[in-house]
Amino acid sequence: MPSLDDLKKRIKSVKSTQKITKAMKMVAAAKLKKAQESAEKGRPYSDKMQNIILNLTKSFKENSNAPKLLIGSGEDSTYLCVIMTADRGLCGGFNTNICKLAKKKMREFLSNGKKIKIITVGSKGYDQLKKEFNKFIIEKKSLKDKKKISFNDAALIGKRIVELFEKNEFDKCIIFYNNFKNVITQIPQAQQIIPAKIDRVETKSAEKEEFYEFEPEEDEILEDLLPKNISTQIFKAFLENSASEQGSRMTAMDNATRNAGDLVDKLTINYNRSRQASITKELIEIISGAESL
Amino acid sequence: MASNFKLEIVTPEKTIFTSEVDQVTIPSYEGEMTILKDHIALVTFLRPGIIKIGEKDLENFYLDDGIVEFSDNILLILTTSARNLKEFSNNEIAALLKEVNVGLGKSNLSDKEKYILSHKADALEAIRK
Repeated sequence: MPSLDDLKKRIKSVKSTQKITKAMKMVAAAKLKKAQESAEKGRPYSDKMQNIILNLTKSFKENSNAPKLLIGSGEDSTYLCVIMTADRGLCGGFNTNICKLAKKKMREFLSNGKKIKIITVGSKGYDQLKKEFNKFIIEKKSLKDKKKISFNDAALIGKRIVELFEKNEFDKCIIFYNNFKNVITQIPQAQQIIPAKIDRVETKSAEKEEFYEFEPEEDEILEDLLPKNISTQIFKAFLENSASEQGSRMTAMDNATRNAGDLVDKLTINYNRSRQASITKELIEIISGAESL
Repeated sequence: MASNFKLEIVTPEKTIFTSEVDQVTIPSYEGEMTILKDHIALVTFLRPGIIKIGEKDLENFYLDDGIVEFSDNILLILTTSARNLKEFSNNEIAALLKEVNVGLGKSNLSDKEKYILSHKADALEAIRK
Protein backbone atom coordinates (compact mmCIF):
# COMPACT_ATOMS: atom_id res chain seq x y z
CA MET A 1 0.00 0.00 0.00
CA PRO A 2 1.43 3.37 -1.04
CA SER A 3 2.13 5.79 1.74
CA LEU A 4 -0.03 8.82 2.39
CA ASP A 5 2.55 11.12 0.89
CA ASP A 6 2.74 9.11 -2.33
CA LEU A 7 -1.01 9.21 -2.70
CA LYS A 8 -1.07 12.93 -2.13
CA LYS A 9 1.55 13.44 -4.83
CA ARG A 10 -0.34 11.28 -7.29
CA ILE A 11 -3.59 13.11 -6.72
CA LYS A 12 -1.82 16.39 -7.30
CA SER A 13 -0.22 15.24 -10.54
CA VAL A 14 -3.45 13.78 -11.91
CA LYS A 15 -5.22 17.01 -11.09
CA SER A 16 -2.70 19.07 -12.99
CA THR A 17 -2.96 16.73 -15.96
CA GLN A 18 -6.68 17.20 -15.82
CA LYS A 19 -6.21 20.95 -15.97
CA ILE A 20 -4.08 20.62 -19.08
CA THR A 21 -6.50 18.33 -20.88
CA LYS A 22 -9.37 20.59 -19.97
CA ALA A 23 -7.58 23.61 -21.39
CA MET A 24 -6.74 21.68 -24.55
CA LYS A 25 -10.35 20.75 -24.93
CA MET A 26 -11.42 24.37 -24.69
CA VAL A 27 -8.83 25.45 -27.24
CA ALA A 28 -9.86 22.64 -29.58
CA ALA A 29 -13.50 23.59 -29.24
CA ALA A 30 -12.78 27.18 -30.19
CA LYS A 31 -10.59 26.12 -33.09
CA LEU A 32 -13.15 23.57 -34.19
CA LYS A 33 -15.75 26.25 -34.59
CA LYS A 34 -13.48 28.24 -36.85
CA ALA A 35 -12.38 25.22 -38.83
CA GLN A 36 -15.95 24.09 -39.27
CA GLU A 37 -16.96 27.50 -40.52
CA SER A 38 -14.21 27.65 -43.08
CA ALA A 39 -14.96 24.09 -44.18
CA GLU A 40 -18.54 25.10 -44.79
CA LYS A 41 -17.58 28.28 -46.56
CA GLY A 42 -15.22 26.35 -48.78
CA ARG A 43 -17.79 23.84 -49.90
CA PRO A 44 -19.63 25.93 -52.54
CA TYR A 45 -16.44 26.51 -54.47
CA SER A 46 -15.50 22.87 -54.83
CA ASP A 47 -19.08 21.73 -55.40
CA LYS A 48 -19.64 24.25 -58.13
CA MET A 49 -16.36 23.52 -59.75
CA GLN A 50 -17.25 19.84 -59.85
CA ASN A 51 -20.52 20.69 -61.55
CA ILE A 52 -18.89 22.81 -64.20
CA ILE A 53 -16.39 20.06 -64.92
CA LEU A 54 -19.17 17.54 -65.11
CA ASN A 55 -21.00 19.66 -67.65
CA LEU A 56 -17.82 19.98 -69.63
CA THR A 57 -17.00 16.31 -69.55
CA LYS A 58 -20.33 15.33 -71.03
CA SER A 59 -19.06 16.46 -74.38
CA PHE A 60 -15.99 14.28 -74.00
CA LYS A 61 -17.64 10.90 -73.62
CA GLU A 62 -15.77 9.00 -76.29
CA ASN A 63 -13.24 11.50 -77.30
CA SER A 64 -9.63 10.46 -77.12
CA ASN A 65 -8.53 14.09 -77.22
CA ALA A 66 -9.68 14.54 -73.68
CA PRO A 67 -6.97 15.77 -71.34
CA LYS A 68 -5.01 13.05 -69.61
CA LEU A 69 -5.86 14.42 -66.19
CA LEU A 70 -9.42 13.43 -66.94
CA ILE A 71 -9.10 10.03 -68.55
CA GLY A 72 -5.80 8.91 -67.07
CA SER A 73 -2.57 8.00 -68.76
CA GLY A 74 -4.01 4.83 -70.19
CA GLU A 75 -1.97 2.68 -67.84
CA ASP A 76 -2.67 1.38 -64.41
CA SER A 77 0.60 0.45 -62.80
CA THR A 78 1.86 3.20 -60.49
CA TYR A 79 -0.24 4.75 -57.78
CA LEU A 80 0.54 7.98 -56.02
CA CYS A 81 -0.87 8.09 -52.52
CA VAL A 82 -1.10 11.48 -50.87
CA ILE A 83 -1.63 10.95 -47.18
CA MET A 84 -2.86 13.98 -45.34
CA THR A 85 -2.55 14.00 -41.58
CA ALA A 86 -2.07 16.49 -38.79
CA ASP A 87 1.21 17.89 -37.57
CA ARG A 88 0.26 17.54 -33.95
CA GLY A 89 -0.66 14.59 -31.81
CA LEU A 90 -3.01 14.22 -28.88
CA CYS A 91 -6.06 14.06 -31.06
CA GLY A 92 -7.36 10.58 -30.44
CA GLY A 93 -7.46 8.22 -33.37
CA PHE A 94 -7.36 10.95 -35.95
CA ASN A 95 -3.95 10.29 -37.45
CA THR A 96 -4.06 6.57 -36.81
CA ASN A 97 -7.36 6.18 -38.65
CA ILE A 98 -6.05 7.80 -41.79
CA CYS A 99 -2.85 5.77 -41.67
CA LYS A 100 -4.72 2.56 -41.03
CA LEU A 101 -6.86 3.07 -44.11
CA ALA A 102 -3.87 4.15 -46.17
CA LYS A 103 -1.81 1.13 -45.07
CA LYS A 104 -4.64 -1.24 -45.89
CA LYS A 105 -5.12 0.23 -49.35
CA MET A 106 -1.43 0.34 -50.07
CA ARG A 107 -0.94 -3.29 -49.08
CA GLU A 108 -3.77 -4.12 -51.45
CA PHE A 109 -2.11 -2.24 -54.29
CA LEU A 110 1.21 -3.92 -53.60
CA SER A 111 -0.28 -7.40 -53.51
CA ASN A 112 -1.96 -6.66 -56.85
CA GLY A 113 1.46 -6.02 -58.29
CA LYS A 114 1.12 -2.24 -58.52
CA LYS A 115 3.88 0.17 -57.72
CA ILE A 116 3.20 2.87 -55.18
CA LYS A 117 4.66 6.24 -54.41
CA ILE A 118 3.81 8.19 -51.33
CA ILE A 119 3.67 11.85 -50.47
CA THR A 120 2.94 12.54 -46.84
CA VAL A 121 1.45 15.85 -45.84
CA GLY A 122 1.69 16.45 -42.12
CA SER A 123 4.47 15.02 -39.99
CA LYS A 124 2.37 12.56 -38.00
CA GLY A 125 1.55 10.57 -41.11
CA TYR A 126 5.21 10.31 -41.98
CA ASP A 127 6.06 9.10 -38.48
CA GLN A 128 3.51 6.34 -38.68
CA LEU A 129 4.32 5.20 -42.20
CA LYS A 130 8.09 5.37 -42.31
CA LYS A 131 8.55 2.04 -40.62
CA GLU A 132 6.73 -0.03 -43.19
CA PHE A 133 6.69 2.14 -46.30
CA ASN A 134 9.81 4.25 -46.01
CA LYS A 135 11.21 3.22 -49.38
CA PHE A 136 8.05 4.36 -51.17
CA ILE A 137 7.92 7.82 -49.66
CA ILE A 138 9.10 10.27 -52.27
CA GLU A 139 8.26 13.50 -50.52
CA LYS A 140 7.18 14.67 -47.15
CA LYS A 141 5.60 17.98 -46.44
CA SER A 142 4.82 19.63 -43.16
CA LEU A 143 2.70 22.66 -42.56
CA LYS A 144 3.60 22.95 -38.92
CA ASP A 145 4.62 26.58 -39.07
CA LYS A 146 1.43 27.63 -40.83
CA LYS A 147 -1.26 28.93 -38.57
CA LYS A 148 -3.99 28.87 -41.13
CA ILE A 149 -3.87 26.90 -44.31
CA SER A 150 -4.53 29.09 -47.30
CA PHE A 151 -5.52 28.06 -50.76
CA ASN A 152 -2.01 28.81 -51.94
CA ASP A 153 -0.55 26.08 -49.75
CA ALA A 154 -2.95 23.61 -51.29
CA ALA A 155 -2.22 24.94 -54.76
CA LEU A 156 1.49 24.32 -54.27
CA ILE A 157 0.87 20.67 -53.49
CA GLY A 158 -1.60 20.45 -56.35
CA LYS A 159 0.94 21.88 -58.77
CA ARG A 160 3.56 19.43 -57.62
CA ILE A 161 1.19 16.52 -58.20
CA VAL A 162 0.31 17.73 -61.69
CA GLU A 163 4.00 18.18 -62.43
CA LEU A 164 4.74 14.60 -61.40
CA PHE A 165 1.84 13.39 -63.47
CA GLU A 166 3.08 15.17 -66.54
CA LYS A 167 6.45 13.50 -66.09
CA ASN A 168 4.63 10.15 -66.15
CA GLU A 169 5.71 9.40 -62.62
CA PHE A 170 2.37 7.79 -61.79
CA ASP A 171 -0.94 6.79 -63.36
CA LYS A 172 -3.40 7.25 -60.56
CA CYS A 173 -3.47 9.61 -57.65
CA ILE A 174 -5.37 8.97 -54.46
CA ILE A 175 -5.64 11.28 -51.49
CA PHE A 176 -6.30 10.07 -47.97
CA TYR A 177 -7.95 12.35 -45.46
CA ASN A 178 -10.62 12.45 -42.79
CA ASN A 179 -14.04 13.62 -43.80
CA PHE A 180 -15.68 15.72 -41.12
CA LYS A 181 -19.15 14.44 -40.46
CA ASN A 182 -19.71 15.79 -37.00
CA VAL A 183 -17.75 16.37 -33.83
CA ILE A 184 -17.60 12.71 -32.84
CA THR A 185 -17.59 11.07 -36.24
CA GLN A 186 -14.84 11.55 -38.76
CA ILE A 187 -14.62 9.14 -41.60
CA PRO A 188 -11.23 8.39 -43.14
CA GLN A 189 -11.51 8.55 -46.88
CA ALA A 190 -9.58 7.56 -49.94
CA GLN A 191 -10.44 9.77 -52.86
CA GLN A 192 -9.11 9.36 -56.34
CA ILE A 193 -8.27 12.67 -57.94
CA ILE A 194 -6.35 11.59 -61.05
CA PRO A 195 -7.95 10.53 -63.33
CA ALA A 196 -10.77 12.73 -62.13
CA LYS A 197 -13.80 10.95 -60.88
CA ILE A 198 -16.62 13.41 -60.89
CA ASP A 199 -19.75 12.83 -58.92
CA ARG A 200 -22.74 14.97 -59.53
CA VAL A 201 -23.30 17.26 -56.59
CA GLU A 202 -27.00 17.75 -56.21
CA THR A 203 -28.24 21.20 -57.02
CA LYS A 204 -31.57 22.60 -57.98
CA SER A 205 -30.95 22.35 -61.69
CA ALA A 206 -29.51 18.87 -61.46
CA GLU A 207 -32.04 17.16 -63.69
CA LYS A 208 -31.93 19.68 -66.42
CA GLU A 209 -29.61 19.12 -69.33
CA GLU A 210 -27.92 22.39 -70.10
CA PHE A 211 -26.40 23.32 -73.40
CA TYR A 212 -23.55 25.65 -72.88
CA GLU A 213 -21.71 27.92 -75.13
CA PHE A 214 -18.02 27.44 -74.55
CA GLU A 215 -15.49 30.11 -75.06
CA PRO A 216 -12.76 29.11 -75.83
CA GLU A 217 -13.30 25.46 -76.80
CA GLU A 218 -14.15 22.80 -74.23
CA ASP A 219 -10.75 21.18 -74.24
CA GLU A 220 -8.97 24.44 -73.60
CA ILE A 221 -11.21 25.22 -70.67
CA LEU A 222 -10.75 21.74 -69.29
CA GLU A 223 -7.01 21.96 -69.57
CA ASP A 224 -7.10 25.11 -67.50
CA LEU A 225 -9.66 23.83 -65.08
CA LEU A 226 -8.48 20.32 -64.23
CA PRO A 227 -5.22 21.30 -62.53
CA LYS A 228 -7.20 23.88 -60.58
CA ASN A 229 -9.67 21.24 -59.61
CA ILE A 230 -6.89 19.14 -58.14
CA SER A 231 -5.76 22.04 -55.98
CA THR A 232 -9.36 22.62 -55.02
CA GLN A 233 -9.82 19.01 -53.99
CA ILE A 234 -6.67 19.13 -51.93
CA PHE A 235 -7.75 22.35 -50.30
CA LYS A 236 -11.10 20.82 -49.50
CA ALA A 237 -9.32 17.84 -47.97
CA PHE A 238 -7.25 20.26 -45.89
CA LEU A 239 -10.32 22.01 -44.57
CA GLU A 240 -12.13 18.78 -43.79
CA ASN A 241 -9.00 17.47 -42.17
CA SER A 242 -8.46 20.45 -39.91
CA ALA A 243 -12.07 20.41 -38.77
CA SER A 244 -11.76 16.67 -38.12
CA GLU A 245 -8.51 17.12 -36.26
CA GLN A 246 -9.99 19.64 -33.88
CA GLY A 247 -13.16 17.63 -33.42
CA SER A 248 -11.19 14.52 -32.71
CA ARG A 249 -8.91 16.33 -30.31
CA MET A 250 -11.86 17.81 -28.50
CA THR A 251 -13.46 14.41 -27.98
CA ALA A 252 -10.19 12.85 -26.93
CA MET A 253 -9.43 15.59 -24.44
CA ASP A 254 -12.96 15.47 -23.09
CA ASN A 255 -12.53 11.78 -22.41
CA ALA A 256 -9.14 12.36 -20.85
CA THR A 257 -10.54 15.02 -18.55
CA ARG A 258 -13.32 12.71 -17.46
CA ASN A 259 -10.93 9.82 -16.88
CA ALA A 260 -8.66 12.04 -14.84
CA GLY A 261 -11.66 13.06 -12.73
CA ASP A 262 -12.53 9.43 -12.10
CA LEU A 263 -8.97 8.68 -11.17
CA VAL A 264 -8.83 11.59 -8.73
CA ASP A 265 -12.02 10.34 -7.07
CA LYS A 266 -10.61 6.86 -6.69
CA LEU A 267 -7.30 8.09 -5.36
CA THR A 268 -9.03 10.40 -2.91
CA ILE A 269 -11.02 7.50 -1.50
CA ASN A 270 -7.82 5.51 -1.15
CA TYR A 271 -6.13 8.43 0.48
CA ASN A 272 -8.92 8.92 3.01
CA ARG A 273 -9.02 5.23 3.76
CA SER A 274 -5.35 5.00 4.51
CA ARG A 275 -5.49 8.17 6.57
CA GLN A 276 -8.38 6.68 8.59
CA ALA A 277 -6.49 3.40 8.93
CA SER A 278 -3.44 5.11 10.36
CA ILE A 279 -5.58 7.11 12.80
CA THR A 280 -7.32 3.94 13.96
CA LYS A 281 -3.97 2.25 14.34
CA GLU A 282 -2.67 5.06 16.52
CA LEU A 283 -5.81 5.03 18.63
CA ILE A 284 -5.50 1.29 19.21
CA GLU A 285 -1.91 1.78 20.22
CA ILE A 286 -2.81 4.50 22.69
CA ILE A 287 -5.75 2.56 24.17
CA SER A 288 -3.86 -0.70 24.51
CA GLY A 289 -0.96 1.24 26.01
CA ALA A 290 -3.28 2.80 28.62
CA GLU A 291 -4.89 -0.54 29.38
CA SER A 292 -1.58 -2.23 30.10
CA LEU A 293 -0.78 0.30 32.77
CA MET B 1 -36.04 45.84 -61.72
CA ALA B 2 -37.07 43.09 -64.00
CA SER B 3 -33.79 42.94 -65.82
CA ASN B 4 -31.74 41.80 -62.86
CA PHE B 5 -29.95 38.50 -62.47
CA LYS B 6 -27.99 36.94 -59.69
CA LEU B 7 -24.24 37.23 -59.38
CA GLU B 8 -22.12 35.08 -57.12
CA ILE B 9 -18.38 35.42 -56.71
CA VAL B 10 -16.94 32.45 -54.86
CA THR B 11 -13.37 31.86 -53.69
CA PRO B 12 -12.09 28.66 -52.07
CA GLU B 13 -12.27 30.38 -48.70
CA LYS B 14 -15.72 31.90 -48.91
CA THR B 15 -18.41 33.53 -51.00
CA ILE B 16 -17.30 37.13 -51.31
CA PHE B 17 -20.13 38.65 -53.28
CA THR B 18 -23.70 37.68 -53.91
CA SER B 19 -26.38 40.04 -55.06
CA GLU B 20 -28.86 40.94 -57.78
CA VAL B 21 -27.24 43.01 -60.47
CA ASP B 22 -28.25 44.44 -63.82
CA GLN B 23 -25.03 43.90 -65.70
CA VAL B 24 -21.56 42.55 -65.21
CA THR B 25 -18.47 43.07 -67.32
CA ILE B 26 -15.90 40.29 -67.08
CA PRO B 27 -12.39 40.02 -68.50
CA SER B 28 -12.93 36.79 -70.38
CA TYR B 29 -9.88 34.99 -71.73
CA GLU B 30 -10.57 36.09 -75.28
CA GLY B 31 -11.73 39.60 -74.54
CA GLU B 32 -13.90 41.67 -72.31
CA MET B 33 -17.54 40.68 -72.24
CA THR B 34 -20.60 42.21 -70.69
CA ILE B 35 -23.33 39.93 -69.49
CA LEU B 36 -26.95 40.97 -69.23
CA LYS B 37 -30.02 39.07 -68.20
CA ASP B 38 -31.04 36.05 -70.31
CA HIS B 39 -27.59 35.58 -71.75
CA ILE B 40 -27.11 32.19 -73.39
CA ALA B 41 -25.72 29.51 -71.04
CA LEU B 42 -22.00 30.02 -71.07
CA VAL B 43 -18.80 28.64 -69.65
CA THR B 44 -15.56 30.52 -70.01
CA PHE B 45 -12.46 31.36 -68.09
CA LEU B 46 -10.84 34.63 -67.22
CA ARG B 47 -7.56 36.40 -67.69
CA PRO B 48 -6.30 38.94 -65.15
CA GLY B 49 -8.54 41.95 -65.20
CA ILE B 50 -11.37 43.78 -63.54
CA ILE B 51 -14.94 42.70 -62.98
CA LYS B 52 -17.26 45.64 -63.21
CA ILE B 53 -20.57 45.10 -61.56
CA GLY B 54 -23.60 47.19 -62.37
CA GLU B 55 -24.26 49.82 -64.98
CA LYS B 56 -22.90 52.55 -62.78
CA ASP B 57 -19.87 50.59 -61.61
CA LEU B 58 -21.30 49.69 -58.23
CA GLU B 59 -18.42 47.44 -57.23
CA ASN B 60 -15.20 46.54 -58.93
CA PHE B 61 -13.10 43.48 -58.31
CA TYR B 62 -9.62 42.74 -59.50
CA LEU B 63 -8.78 39.10 -60.19
CA ASP B 64 -6.00 36.99 -61.60
CA ASP B 65 -7.90 34.06 -62.92
CA GLY B 66 -11.22 32.38 -62.64
CA ILE B 67 -13.93 30.40 -64.29
CA VAL B 68 -17.35 31.70 -65.16
CA GLU B 69 -20.58 29.86 -65.60
CA PHE B 70 -23.82 31.48 -66.61
CA SER B 71 -27.04 29.54 -66.62
CA ASP B 72 -30.61 30.12 -65.54
CA ASN B 73 -29.83 33.77 -64.95
CA ILE B 74 -27.25 32.95 -62.34
CA LEU B 75 -23.76 34.15 -63.03
CA LEU B 76 -21.21 32.21 -61.08
CA ILE B 77 -17.60 33.32 -60.90
CA LEU B 78 -15.13 30.94 -59.28
CA THR B 79 -11.82 32.57 -58.59
CA THR B 80 -8.86 32.13 -56.30
CA SER B 81 -7.79 35.72 -56.27
CA ALA B 82 -10.59 38.29 -56.29
CA ARG B 83 -9.91 41.57 -54.52
CA ASN B 84 -12.38 44.36 -54.01
CA LEU B 85 -10.82 47.48 -55.45
CA LYS B 86 -11.89 49.48 -52.43
CA GLU B 87 -9.63 47.35 -50.24
CA PHE B 88 -6.77 47.22 -52.67
CA SER B 89 -4.12 49.68 -51.56
CA ASN B 90 -1.85 51.48 -53.95
CA ASN B 91 1.22 49.95 -52.35
CA GLU B 92 -0.03 46.44 -52.95
CA ILE B 93 -0.81 47.27 -56.55
CA ALA B 94 2.62 48.75 -57.04
CA ALA B 95 4.26 45.65 -55.52
CA LEU B 96 2.27 43.32 -57.75
CA LEU B 97 3.02 45.44 -60.76
CA LYS B 98 6.71 45.24 -60.05
CA GLU B 99 6.46 41.47 -59.78
CA VAL B 100 4.65 41.28 -63.10
CA ASN B 101 7.22 43.44 -64.85
CA VAL B 102 10.01 41.22 -63.56
CA GLY B 103 8.07 38.24 -64.89
CA LEU B 104 7.60 39.89 -68.26
CA GLY B 105 11.31 40.54 -68.50
CA LYS B 106 12.11 36.84 -68.56
CA SER B 107 12.95 35.47 -71.97
CA ASN B 108 11.67 31.93 -71.64
CA LEU B 109 7.96 32.74 -71.47
CA SER B 110 5.44 30.80 -73.46
CA ASP B 111 2.92 32.74 -75.53
CA LYS B 112 0.20 31.97 -73.04
CA GLU B 113 2.22 33.19 -70.06
CA LYS B 114 3.15 36.34 -71.92
CA TYR B 115 -0.48 36.96 -72.80
CA ILE B 116 -1.62 36.56 -69.23
CA LEU B 117 1.17 38.61 -67.73
CA SER B 118 0.74 41.51 -70.11
CA HIS B 119 -2.96 41.66 -69.31
CA LYS B 120 -2.16 41.57 -65.64
CA ALA B 121 0.19 44.51 -66.12
CA ASP B 122 -2.45 46.43 -68.06
CA ALA B 123 -5.14 45.78 -65.49
CA LEU B 124 -2.92 46.79 -62.59
CA GLU B 125 -1.75 49.89 -64.43
CA ALA B 126 -5.37 50.87 -65.03
CA ILE B 127 -6.41 50.66 -61.39
CA ARG B 128 -3.40 52.42 -59.98
CA LYS B 129 -4.57 55.70 -58.62
